[in-house]
Amino acid sequence: MLVHSRAGKWATWAVFLLLFVPLFAVPLLVILAASLATNWSGAFPSGPTVERYAAATSGDSLRALTTSLVTALAASVLALTLGGWAALAAASLRNRGKRFVDALFILPVAVPSVVVGLAVLVAYSQPPVLLNGTRWIVILAHTVLVTAFAHQSVAAAVRRLDPMYEQAAAGLGASPARVLWRVKLPLLLPSLTSAVGLCFALSMGELSATMMLYPPDWTPLPVQIFAATDRGSLFTGAALAVVLMTSTLLVLAAVSRIRTRASYR
Amino acid sequence: MTATATTTATTTGPTATFPAPTRSRSVPAWVWALPPVAVLALAFLYPLALVVQQSVTPDDGGTLSLDPYADVFASEVFRDALTTTVWLAVGSTVGCLVLGFVLALVIAFVPFPGGKAVARFVDVFLSFPSFLITLALLFIYGSVGMANGLWTDVTGAADGPFHFLTTPWGVLLAEITYFTPFVMRPLLAAFSQLDTGQLEVASSLGAGPLRVIRQVILPEALPALAAGGSLVLVMCLNEFGIVLFTGAKDVTTLPMLVYSKAILESDYPAACVVAVVNIAISVGLYSLYRVVSRRAGA
Repeated sequence: MLVHSRAGKWATWAVFLLLFVPLFAVPLLVILAASLATNWSGAFPSGPTVERYAAATSGDSLRALTTSLVTALAASVLALTLGGWAALAAASLRNRGKRFVDALFILPVAVPSVVVGLAVLVAYSQPPVLLNGTRWIVILAHTVLVTAFAHQSVAAAVRRLDPMYEQAAAGLGASPARVLWRVKLPLLLPSLTSAVGLCFALSMGELSATMMLYPPDWTPLPVQIFAATDRGSLFTGAALAVVLMTSTLLVLAAVSRIRTRASYR
Repeated sequence: MTATATTTATTTGPTATFPAPTRSRSVPAWVWALPPVAVLALAFLYPLALVVQQSVTPDDGGTLSLDPYADVFASEVFRDALTTTVWLAVGSTVGCLVLGFVLALVIAFVPFPGGKAVARFVDVFLSFPSFLITLALLFIYGSVGMANGLWTDVTGAADGPFHFLTTPWGVLLAEITYFTPFVMRPLLAAFSQLDTGQLEVASSLGAGPLRVIRQVILPEALPALAAGGSLVLVMCLNEFGIVLFTGAKDVTTLPMLVYSKAILESDYPAACVVAVVNIAISVGLYSLYRVVSRRAGA
């Protein structure tokens, strides 16, 4: 539409590919290729092996994967409860109260995650609540970090909700709890599941705050990847990274299946 | 949360003929908002307050003083980190805006088979953590990576020419790669709302592609560019994983400084001072982003 000549179009596409492929496609392919190689000091990797995956799915690495999955699951469910509750409660507030709750729940996005990690570490290494050295401090920090995203997507969905449904239900005598459970939540289900997916992906890849406060017996996968590359085992790091990406995508795909089935209802 | 809005009373309404909504028997709406706000305050605001408190308390236990600030502001490391952080963030943002604009233009207005797949790929890209990019760059441009290996194979030299990965340029390249999709997404959304008739009219009146871009597309894209750009600016200021993975000793950004002061040196007051500065910068910029994106209607 913008470029009409055939030669012009091909030239544009060539420039696009020249920019897009090296910058975006190559990095992911390189990680995938490296995870399957024993050696890479020329143009192409050499010595194909799947040994790294055997190592990446056993022992410490397997523990790191389950740690990440449990942390991400717990953090996204907690964040959805907290953020979703706040979004639903704020919707029935007046202007100033609504703006206050919205601003408060947006704040964790604006604060650097390293600082969130530092703050949680400082606060929960001293009485009254001692969480330092336990897994709960990691889950707490992840929950704080992803709550903002859960709140944002649920709040956007609540704004789009047609008030007719709840008014009709209430007019027919349904109690507020019943309206929430039988009308609002089912209508919100697609955005709730996509919020959970987003929170899960963010928590799976979270490194900044985790680096500040992970205890030795609760090391999530990103920390394990950093430890591997930091001691020079780049290929192990690549295999772990592929495991991380694959498990994130699998969970996202599973979550989006829930969404499509719910939206047909 | 729906209590006040939906409860109706049957007998005590002010108008006798129709049952009117009243607020009797039910708790006010703000009570329902209290639990999540209280939890967030305990888990997030209270720790932040402690960071601010610690930043004005010297290590030896003294009372309130601004000494930690004076010490940190006077230190070379902090000033270096501040300038590095700012120029890296500004540089990456400009790079992302230019690159994102060009790529989004091609996807939207010079459509090609597979364009949808590329847009989908961009979405998937967003769900991966940032440090993966640095990891990939280590394989490509690292000291024993692909590019240097090729060079030594071809020229027979002992050492390749690519050593920029541990310099700020490596961080810049990684940040531009990772954050460009964050600019492309709002741009693609804005372009999909643009009436293509305008483009046809402009070009049938004799305007060349560059002129159409400058006079028709760019004005329409400005709000999306502003919103995407300020989001990327904030995210670049706060980026930690990319810098950590390059392993560069001479690239210190503010988040990196917070980490090294707190974890490596156990100097918590200094870490808290840097953290407060970092919060001030990024919350300020993020508020700006909210204002801009609300104006843009994004």
